[in-house]
Amino acid sequence: MAGGKAAQTVPQAAIPMDQLLRCVHCGLCTSACPTYLELGNEADSPRGRLYLMRAVAEGRLEWTADVVGHLDLCLECRACETACPAGVPYGQLLEAARADIARTYRRPWRERLLLALLRDMLFPYPGRLAAALRPVRSLRGALKRLAGLLPGDVRRMLALLPPGAPSACPPLPSVIPAQGLRRYRVALLTGCVAQVLFPEVNWATARVLAANGCEVVVPARQGCCGALHLHSGAREAARAFARRNVAAFDLDDVDAVITNAAGCGSTLKEYGHLLQDDAAASQAARFAGKVRDVAEFLAGIGIVPPAQPVHRVVAYHDACHLAHGQGIRSEPRQLLRAIPGLRLVELPGADHCCGSAGLYNILQPAMAARLLEKKIAAIASTGADTVATGNPGCLMQIAKGLRERGLAVDVRHPVELLAEAYGFSRAGDLSTGDDSSTRGARAGA
Amino acid sequence: MRPRAGLDGRVLARLAEIVGPEHVLVGNSATLVYECDGFTLERQAPAAAVLPGSAAEVAQVVRVLHAAGIPFVPRGAGTSLSGTTIPPHDAVIISLARMNRILHLDFRNRRAVVEPGVVNAWISREAAPRGYLYAPDPSSQAACTIGGNVGTNAGGPHTLKYGVTVNHILGVELVLPDGQVVELGGPVEDLPGYDLVGLVTGSEGTLGIVTKIVVRLVREPEGCRTLLAVFDSVDDATRTVSGIIEQGIIPAALEMMDNLVIQAVEEAFGFGFPLDAAAVLIIEVDGLEVGLDEQAEACAAICRANRARELRTAATEEERRLLWMSRKKAFGALGRLAPSYVTQDGVVPRTRLPEMLALTAEIGRKYGLRIANVFHAGDGNIHPILLYDERNPDEVRRVIQASDEILSACIDMGGSITGEHGVGIEKVSHMRRMFSEADLAAMLDVRAVFNPRGLCNPGKIFPSPGGCVEVQRPRRPAPA
Repeated sequence: MAGGKAAQTVPQAAIPMDQLLRCVHCGLCTSACPTYLELGNEADSPRGRLYLMRAVAEGRLEWTADVVGHLDLCLECRACETACPAGVPYGQLLEAARADIARTYRRPWRERLLLALLRDMLFPYPGRLAAALRPVRSLRGALKRLAGLLPGDVRRMLALLPPGAPSACPPLPSVIPAQGLRRYRVALLTGCVAQVLFPEVNWATARVLAANGCEVVVPARQGCCGALHLHSGAREAARAFARRNVAAFDLDDVDAVITNAAGCGSTLKEYGHLLQDDAAASQAARFAGKVRDVAEFLAGIGIVPPAQPVHRVVAYHDACHLAHGQGIRSEPRQLLRAIPGLRLVELPGADHCCGSAGLYNILQPAMAARLLEKKIAAIASTGADTVATGNPGCLMQIAKGLRERGLAVDVRHPVELLAEAYGFSRAGDLSTGDDSSTRGARAGA
Repeated sequence: MRPRAGLDGRVLARLAEIVGPEHVLVGNSATLVYECDGFTLERQAPAAAVLPGSAAEVAQVVRVLHAAGIPFVPRGAGTSLSGTTIPPHDAVIISLARMNRILHLDFRNRRAVVEPGVVNAWISREAAPRGYLYAPDPSSQAACTIGGNVGTNAGGPHTLKYGVTVNHILGVELVLPDGQVVELGGPVEDLPGYDLVGLVTGSEGTLGIVTKIVVRLVREPEGCRTLLAVFDSVDDATRTVSGIIEQGIIPAALEMMDNLVIQAVEEAFGFGFPLDAAAVLIIEVDGLEVGLDEQAEACAAICRANRARELRTAATEEERRLLWMSRKKAFGALGRLAPSYVTQDGVVPRTRLPEMLALTAEIGRKYGLRIANVFHAGDGNIHPILLYDERNPDEVRRVIQASDEILSACIDMGGSITGEHGVGIEKVSHMRRMFSEADLAAMLDVRAVFNPRGLCNPGKIFPSPGGCVEVQRPRRPAPA
């Protein structure tokens, strides 16, 4: 039952009313919302959340623990934007509301601590994250025995960590030459968490691009895209990351800025909006206009047909921030279908959120687990031996779900499968480094 | 945070025991989101909302509320366009959103058993791999629930050929307003005795709460042809509709969208509608492959005879899907043109469509309102959509007056004030114009058999007894 604490007053213009008014309350978004489908509470639906935001903006409600709770429970998967006929920019409104909450509402200490540690100190900085993970990985066995003594948040983070040794890929060089005739010159965003946990995905991306006539440059001064910050109300921090990236890429020098992480891509493409009132506004808009997801780019230029058969039965999971955030659905499937020997099977509810959603699976573990369970059941129903998905969060979350269910299903980024089909085995060919372990249950946790 | 009068702590505690405390919502921030549905001209938050997870829980909740004399209102997805789920201030919303399981798909007997919170489109989605579908396809089918469809006897584009909800409901489990559970109808067609399933379908939750529904599954047609006809005048489009029906052709669907709607859906979905067209018709014929081309050509000939400037045929299933999505999401797409709208749901004899549309345009001019039209032309079921800004009280008043004139004209032309959305709270005041006192008394007698204390969805469909003509019934203004 409801209960709530007193809260502070909210400046009227914090959430753009003209955008809120685009919602005509038709309700077509409700059935697209993972949390509404789980709970059935109107306040946990997109329409209900917009109604709450508007009530706060109009002074009918305040940011109490109850109201904030309904907004916190939103995954920001943006499936509602796909369903919405009125074009309500739900993601932007939610980000504005969360920024307003961050300004005016005091969160419990545990949440503040987690955000400060993970979002502000660790995740955006690959060096620190790698350093933090080294002892964790070597002590994994001991930590597992101690699991009962560890706080829930720590246990959940450990469970997400891919098993086995980290892959020994060296860092990417600053330029990877095109194979054969150079058709394009592209810049690669290497990400922060992904760079540490899935370096082989970046290598596969670079190799596949090179195999398709792209010279790949890796700008040194790039950093975190700021998505985690933007989604959790730390708008200023997100803007700082955006400014840094806009400055780090020489846009005149490249045809496109490529990312292999759906969550990053969707944020990078919104830099124009994020920095609209900034000195770097026009550069940011230009940057955003050049960003392409790797699947989007490859499908757009038309790939060299890969020759090496990859004998897998693959179920493709739509990362929310690819399908709903960027409207990229057919391109990754098209690439997978181009691989000889690979059989693509339809995953029921392929574009339903897996529960990863940035920091969500750490901050909202109960709902994340419910959604993951559904996703895993859907995967199991397909009989696929491999799940392909284009986002590091989903890769971790789904692999964790499969491990916990003891299912021998491999989890791969689509470009990894393409790399295989171009003859780069998972071992040395990718980075001329040594072998790396697989992420599915096969490696055993 | 204290519950309102009538719903004391004891009752709330009982409800929490039945459904679990997390499924009893009280307090301003929890109930506010239940103050309206797809109809936003009136708003009223309930005293509480309860989310039962099973038919047994619904029955227990109803028993407790009945014993305490507290009114209650069933609610599905809250997509009603006539305020069917807007509660009186002291009422409890019983949300069926958690009861969203398809219990059984029985292809050999062509039926499915579902819970009321199942979304309409889910049934067809699950049945499609076996070549079956659930035929009634209201425009909101991606979100609206079967329970609500039963409540309003929902229609949709394809009901022209396949019939409305009542033609596809074989049986229901109903929790009566005193908490008794009855099973009406069943798998056998045409049971002896009264057709109580027919009575319950379209009763807008005034006879009880449906907790289980047996629906008919129909075989997907072997083939279909979907035409888009473009017209430079609304008149030509509506004459085409009359022409097709006159020729004895029954298309699966025959839909019209006017220029305002075309603008909105084109911006939303980019199908490729011509932005300068006065109107488009979507004409679909389906059935056995043999003869479909001839039927489609017969429709096309009538379009050409009525000066259609362009005719297109959906070349692929994907194109057809996008065309239908554009049509079905047209209401919401109008949100791009104005902050608010109210969708009317009048019916006129098909032959009077041209006259009715001209009159609608005139009413729009008279009240200085933009009115868009998207509707089931083949049924004569019009949906004038009145655009407005809810922050402008004068405009809100004009919208109400214009709606009233449109509906009155429908009655005068021998039609009806609702084709599929139901009367709800919105059109209560028009019932006396459509029906005599004796007609209404007969209906109220029926309601009294099921719902003698009027606790179940009060204030819907019927004007309160003794109330005089309520045409200009003052409405609560929407919050500014």
